[in-house]
Amino acid sequence: MKKKKTSKKSSGQSKPITILIGTRKGAFILRSDASGRTWKLSDPIFLGHIVHHLVKDPRSKTLLMACKTGHLGPTVFRSVNGGKTWKEASAPPSFPKAPEGEKGRTVDHVFWLTPGHASQPEVWFAGTSPQSIFRSDDDGVTWKGVAGFNHHPMLDQWTGGEKDGTPDGPKLHSILIDPRDAAHMYIGCSSGGVFETTDGGKSWKPLNQGCTADFIPTENPEYGHDPHCVAMHPLFPDVLYQQNHCGIYRMNREDGRWERIGKNMPEKTGDIGFPIVLHPRDPNIAWVFPMDGTDVWPRTSPSGKPAVFKTSNGGQSWKRLDKGFPKKHAWMTVLRQAMTADDNPRTGLYLGTTHGEIWAGTDEGRSWKCIARHLPEIYSVEVAK
Amino acid sequence: MKIHIPSPLRSYTHSHEVEVHGETLAEALAVLDRQFPGIRFRVVNEQDRIREHIKFFVNEKSVSDIFIRLEKNDAIHIVCALSGG
Repeated sequence: MKKKKTSKKSSGQSKPITILIGTRKGAFILRSDASGRTWKLSDPIFLGHIVHHLVKDPRSKTLLMACKTGHLGPTVFRSVNGGKTWKEASAPPSFPKAPEGEKGRTVDHVFWLTPGHASQPEVWFAGTSPQSIFRSDDDGVTWKGVAGFNHHPMLDQWTGGEKDGTPDGPKLHSILIDPRDAAHMYIGCSSGGVFETTDGGKSWKPLNQGCTADFIPTENPEYGHDPHCVAMHPLFPDVLYQQNHCGIYRMNREDGRWERIGKNMPEKTGDIGFPIVLHPRDPNIAWVFPMDGTDVWPRTSPSGKPAVFKTSNGGQSWKRLDKGFPKKHAWMTVLRQAMTADDNPRTGLYLGTTHGEIWAGTDEGRSWKCIARHLPEIYSVEVAK
Repeated sequence: MKIHIPSPLRSYTHSHEVEVHGETLAEALAVLDRQFPGIRFRVVNEQDRIREHIKFFVNEKSVSDIFIRLEKNDAIHIVCALSGG
């Protein structure tokens, strides 16, 4: 397992946390004091806009927000002063105009935002619906399609075309950049699977061996899977995890094969869900928020008893963490972008529910507390780092 | 000619009415976008098609093609179609 060289050390002191929240009706910023006991919620930002993702660039002060409204087309807004003022991208992600007589593709919404590699300070990537990748080289002001993926001759076969995907449109998500090599990236396609490039996006290959796709008739397909959320460990970038439509998986990249570590979850809970969150320093620690994937797929906490599950040994076993959550009659849904971790010495976890609550487990998830409620449907939760 | 701006777009114009010119609706929208960058893409997609929940009226007639010809005194309305939730 190759570790990324880093000079970062845990300071031993917790920092105040800023949580960026994207909702179906606008964005919010939730800030803590240093102790993490008191939280203050901002006024809504772009109230009424559908905000799929609000992300801070760890390399600068820039915040980018992917949004649209029920009527208006998709765009990206950016702020360089902590969200006080915002300016729209002058060329948001969009496809090229098709030649006369051809249909052409249109971006329905920008779903995912990822700051680029540390060596490329103004580079960002965006994942859209329909599934495509866009790149900005000027800190989110203008965007261009990544042709190696967007025009790949296999794109429709990999992703099933524009109609295949989640009910509100197929999603390209989990854009992961190897901290050792800016040209090495992974993406998650719902549907399509996990794909990898080693040449900065010029060419791509499916990376789905070992992963189940039991909703299609092909046995051991090369692509067509449904990764809900893929994560790469920041210090051990060859360690990958994913919460898939068909379970929880881990891969050591040198093995090139996903192992279903969700099989070690309690049978009555199952291993279905949307998000997966990794410990910022220990590659063997991960957290998931299981949801009911039986019958018609309610995608709510199994039996109405919400809990986070944690593995401390790379998925060999899992521990239920439900202290603080309602004991029953709580049918929570947490979407793929709505669970995250801070990088405090004692890692804090944060999740947002589709019924508008933010929960914090600031002791590595041992106990949970609702720190904001009555928000609109929560789409994304990110810690500003 | 005037374009009447619906409330979801007034963060761009800060006005419910904007004076534009052009021989086609597409030209009038280009003029509007030069004054208020980004506004066109919110209502017309990259394939030059009017977005699904947006309607354009020229005088009182609904139009579906932005390349329709305009007369000097035409009144253009951008309408956000009713939609729930």
